Amino acid sequence: MTMPFGYVSPEQAMKDRADFARKNVAKGRPLVAVVYEGGVLLAAENPSRTLHKISEIYDRIAFAGVGKYNEFDSLRTAGVRIADLKGYQYSREDVDARSLANAYAQHLGQIFTHEMKPLEVEILVAEVGLEVGTDQLFHILYDGTVVDEQRFTVLGGDADTISDRIKAAYTEAMALGPAVRAAVGALAGPDRQISPSELEVAVLDRGNGRRAFRRLDPPELTTLLST
Amino acid sequence: MSLPVFGAGQDPGPSFSELLRRSGAASPVAPGPPGPSAAVHVPHGTTIVAIRYADGVVMAGDRRATEGYSIAHRAIEKVYPADRHSGVSIAGAAGFAVEMVKLFQTELEHYEKVEGVALSLEGKANKLGQMVRANLGMAMEGLAVVPIYAGYDLRRRTGRIFKYDITGGRYEEDDFHATGSGGRDARTTIKLGYREDMDREGAIELAIEGLYQAADEDSATGGPDVVRGIYPTVATITEGGFERVGDAEVAERFQALIARKSAEGQPR
Repeated sequence: MTMPFGYVSPEQAMKDRADFARKNVAKGRPLVAVVYEGGVLLAAENPSRTLHKISEIYDRIAFAGVGKYNEFDSLRTAGVRIADLKGYQYSREDVDARSLANAYAQHLGQIFTHEMKPLEVEILVAEVGLEVGTDQLFHILYDGTVVDEQRFTVLGGDADTISDRIKAAYTEAMALGPAVRAAVGALAGPDRQISPSELEVAVLDRGNGRRAFRRLDPPELTTLLST
Repeated sequence: MSLPVFGAGQDPGPSFSELLRRSGAASPVAPGPPGPSAAVHVPHGTTIVAIRYADGVVMAGDRRATEGYSIAHRAIEKVYPADRHSGVSIAGAAGFAVEMVKLFQTELEHYEKVEGVALSLEGKANKLGQMVRANLGMAMEGLAVVPIYAGYDLRRRTGRIFKYDITGGRYEEDDFHATGSGGRDARTTIKLGYREDMDREGAIELAIEGLYQAADEDSATGGPDVVRGIYPTVATITEGGFERVGDAEVAERFQALIARKSAEGQPR
């Protein structure tokens, strides 16, 4: 059989796309999510006060993204839309992270195989449960792969190194202070400090009423980091 | 459900009702078909009040829904939080009203999440006006919904009250407002007892008295139901946000009111 001119094997095509996406995602700064006693903590290095990497999707669900801002931000908006539509048409209780993560995975997978270029993003859907031990983290890659994590996860470049650092500092049901220090310490590494104004940190707080999502502002963050 | 993704020019922006339309879900408050009606008996909510005081606004509503001459529900809620710093209370066709509140709440939260900032109090009040106007067709059939919107304006640092007519006309009230079938009686009572910069207790007491007098004159407004322990819904909205006044506190105030009225003797 003669190969047509310009033939690229499916293996090669998929590999090229994956390399392209992975390389561009790794360029951005990483983000970590840690399950602590009161819920889920999300932290990222982000000098901007207005262009968020971490945001609220629904009552108990948060979104985080790394990579190309416009791409993960439109995924965020779509997530808010699907959640609000579902909660309005059925009930607020029927909105859950698992089905949202599946919708994202379908969408990313579809784009990865059918479009000109894959999305250069890595996203996280986190849900705080009603009780300790029922929180969920869904880590979704540019090709639609979903990884379900129990304790913590790292998005973006240098994930393995940061993961190892968190693993070393992590204990079950840790309080918010130690969780913040573990997360920020893992992002910074042993050789540098990240100032609170360079950080974007938010929590899904079980004790925050109907809307669990809450941002930690620099003063609160300073206190948590220094104790 | 698959991810709702829209092409350029199709994007609904931060509006939830627009999103409902674009995603093919029917508009929940569609204009009604023309035809004979007005006599349709559906549950109607009755009296609601709002009073501005030193720290913000107090909102209250009785608990009765009527269907013609019958009582449809004894413990319906007419005062709802619209978001953290505002509340909406409703009088009129209960089915539409409750749906309108739900859509309004979703609308405000949706905007806040998509845009990353909340609407101004003025913006929220205008949005509610548009929703009341969208119901005009049904209002002409006798199924009007007339809300009161009140909130704490974080920019101006004061409580504000907005009233509406069935066409969606929006008017700001300086001090207080009451509407629904017993609204006029409640309004008169509040007018006589109103003072500038009342404290929380004074404002709650006046709101309760307004509802009491409305129930005294209007058969569709429910009075305090001591036997079942059903009392009006009361909420305060201050810088700290929307807060329901506990049933125990409302019951206590009502008992004090009843004791005072019994001692004074009510004119027959």
